[in-house]
Amino acid sequence: MLRFFLAKLLYLIPTFIGITIVAFGFVRVLPGDPVLLMAGERGITPERHAELSAQLGYDRPFLIQYLDFLGRLFHGDLGTSLVTKKPVLTEFLALFPATVELAVCAILIATLVGVPVGVLAAIKRGSLFDQISMTGALVGFSMPIFWWGLLLIIFFSGTLGWTPVSGRISLLYYFDNVTGFMLIDSLLSGQEGAFRSAASHLILPSIVLATIPLAVIARQTRSAMLEVMGEDYVRTARAKGLTQRRVVSVHALRNAMIPVITTIGLQVGVLMAGAILTETIFSWPGIGKWMIDSISRRDYPVVQSGLLMIAAIVMIVNLIVDLTYGLINPRIRHK
Amino acid sequence: MTRFVRRLAAVSALALCAAAPVAAKTFIYCSEASPEGFDPAPYTAGTTFDASAHPIYSRLVEFKKGTTEIEPGLAESWEVSEDGTEITFHLRQGVKWQSNDVFAPSREFNADDVIFSFDRQGNADNPMHGYLPGISYEYFSAMEMGDLIASIEKIDDYTVKFVLTRPEAPFMANLAMPFASITSAEYADTLMAAGTTEDFNNKPIGTGPFSFVAYQKDAVIRYKKNADFYGEAPKIDDLVFAITPDASVRLQKLKAGECHLMPYPSPADLADIKSDSNLKLDSQPGLNVAYLAYNTTVPPFDNPKVRKALNMAMNKQAIIDAVFQGAGQVAKNPIPPTMWSYNDAIEDDAYDPEAAKAMLAEAGVEGLSMEIWAMPVQRPYMPNARRTAELMQADFAKIGVDVQIVSYEWGEYLKKSTDPSRKGAVILGWTGDNGDPDNFLAVLLSCAATGDGGSNRAQWCDDQFSDLITRAKQISDQSERAKLYEEAQVVFKDQAPWATLAHSTQYVPMRANVEGFVMSPLGDFTFETVDIAE
Repeated sequence: MLRFFLAKLLYLIPTFIGITIVAFGFVRVLPGDPVLLMAGERGITPERHAELSAQLGYDRPFLIQYLDFLGRLFHGDLGTSLVTKKPVLTEFLALFPATVELAVCAILIATLVGVPVGVLAAIKRGSLFDQISMTGALVGFSMPIFWWGLLLIIFFSGTLGWTPVSGRISLLYYFDNVTGFMLIDSLLSGQEGAFRSAASHLILPSIVLATIPLAVIARQTRSAMLEVMGEDYVRTARAKGLTQRRVVSVHALRNAMIPVITTIGLQVGVLMAGAILTETIFSWPGIGKWMIDSISRRDYPVVQSGLLMIAAIVMIVNLIVDLTYGLINPRIRHK
Repeated sequence: MTRFVRRLAAVSALALCAAAPVAAKTFIYCSEASPEGFDPAPYTAGTTFDASAHPIYSRLVEFKKGTTEIEPGLAESWEVSEDGTEITFHLRQGVKWQSNDVFAPSREFNADDVIFSFDRQGNADNPMHGYLPGISYEYFSAMEMGDLIASIEKIDDYTVKFVLTRPEAPFMANLAMPFASITSAEYADTLMAAGTTEDFNNKPIGTGPFSFVAYQKDAVIRYKKNADFYGEAPKIDDLVFAITPDASVRLQKLKAGECHLMPYPSPADLADIKSDSNLKLDSQPGLNVAYLAYNTTVPPFDNPKVRKALNMAMNKQAIIDAVFQGAGQVAKNPIPPTMWSYNDAIEDDAYDPEAAKAMLAEAGVEGLSMEIWAMPVQRPYMPNARRTAELMQADFAKIGVDVQIVSYEWGEYLKKSTDPSRKGAVILGWTGDNGDPDNFLAVLLSCAATGDGGSNRAQWCDDQFSDLITRAKQISDQSERAKLYEEAQVVFKDQAPWATLAHSTQYVPMRANVEGFVMSPLGDFTFETVDIAE
């Protein structure tokens, strides 16, 4: 197992270096630069532009800038935002818990709903439930998130008044952030109603962010289950006279879970992408919104280091997923 | 029995509470973006100023609420020398600095703070000049304050003299701008001694109507009433900015009562807002202009007749109706009608395709093919440049002019449009910084602003026009200045370096129980006068 783990870890090194190049190069191949955007309609003389670019170090050759970026990275320095002039790491750490809180809720909803739906659809293949749920999954998968979020706000918050429109907690509550996770902090604050308020603010954004992963997980579970249900050992189990429930839960589900777990792992990347839109609609102060703002302002240090950190997180989650298969299916780790 | 007594006690306690002063009044503003920081000097975004300069700080002079007139602020009075190069300010006494967990002021506001506030921006040797990594003072340099101020002298604790290198009438308006906010020299000293100068930007200390409480990045900014404010005390106790980037979501929050007031509604929602009895809508003409700038140095656009002909071929009212959805008015001058010196006697070129066609023929231009540049972003003065360009394309086709619409990424667009050899005509606009006509006419149309990187996208350099605006800048009497600017607008109209398109209307939706909000012609959002009706 350790060997398996180390081999996986070793693969991460070239991937990580590749990502630094992409993260660094990506924002620089975009036309426009931070100095121009800062000057706006007023314009900026070529001299002043050169002066400011030099002050920021952007007059140097790309390779030197890249090596400088890499060098600082190895010293744990992720740079300073051009806009807010604050260390990128400080900003990241302030915003990251909000994204994690949202993403965890979303993936929980997606898994807890998606897997049972997929299993049921597989067992009752061809039934009305199968057809409705799989059509629903297709619709969910193709849903434009921005539109969907707005629709839910207008209906549930506007028309029915059941949920708050946006934000993380009612502004009437004010307490220090201890962990950055609003559900936890609201409990720690001891203020009455704070937790309830935080939870109610999470409902709509989690549903919106969960929509695409839920659809993918449900479809993947269904097809994995169908495949497994056709296997010889399931027929054998049935032939032994086991109940349907036992066949499904003990024999089929465990084996069907491997591709499903991969899918869930892959959804972390999807969640990060979805977070950008979801956070913008729901005024959720997380890293998705932060990245979008930084890209539009060409805040090079934030974009490159932010991308890098998001990519690193996705990589780590995928590593954990790889290790999880190893636990579920011993054959994989011995390959 | 005991239970009864307890209940009785609880009920009487409640009654006591009800008799006590009403609960703190909290006003929630759904702002549209996060501030870049809280020191107004290094930043340029209006959102940043709404969160820093306006609530927290004050300036030597201020814009009178709802106008662009100058009124006393931290300076109670001032005298301008005969030649206009020396301005002596008499400072207000007894103005207290705010305090926070790292700073308790030992003294009141005085001349040292004024000198420090400008010196830190213009003097690279000031220890606070480079207190943040990569910091620069864009407004200070754009308003040419470095060239303009020869020295600032402290006469005594409450008298300061600004010595200018040349007479400059718009200088007073510059001093009312956010970048000229007065910051505490003592606070800077305290932070330098502690080695935490970044707090100057993170935990701002000012003399304004509200003091800063906390900022959760991209989420919430909290302020409380500054009980020691030298002016009229705010009517609300707490001011909260709920940062809500999407305009539709802002409106939903406003409707749900999650905030009291919001900026920048989308034009499509205006009808809905007007029909909602819980909301009300304030509006005023914005201090802005949208224009199409020809490159007056490239043939055939170097011929004023060609430019005039194109202007006459353009149906501007159709643009207002279709693109601005009525939230704007046709522009005939380069400055908006709310600005002093606006020349209302000028007549706009009438929409007349036939006459335009004849004029083009007269100029000897046939089969003209041109580019129109449409910017890729929405701006306060222009909701949809692409659509505007398409309407122009159709209009110009009627007089036999073929138009290709081009666009670039915003940063590139801004840069390429300043290229003196540029072929196309550019759609762009401007929002005023300080309400002075010089801030439009000199910035956008002076000879000094031509060339690569300049903001005169028409590359238009007219001796008569330049002479008028230069003279106007050197006189301090406003009515004298106005005459010169009115004359300059006549020259502009005659020479037509631009097609002036529109002045957009600003809308501010708010809850029906909000009282006392005053719209600023400069587009600022300030809350010291607002109140919430019970």
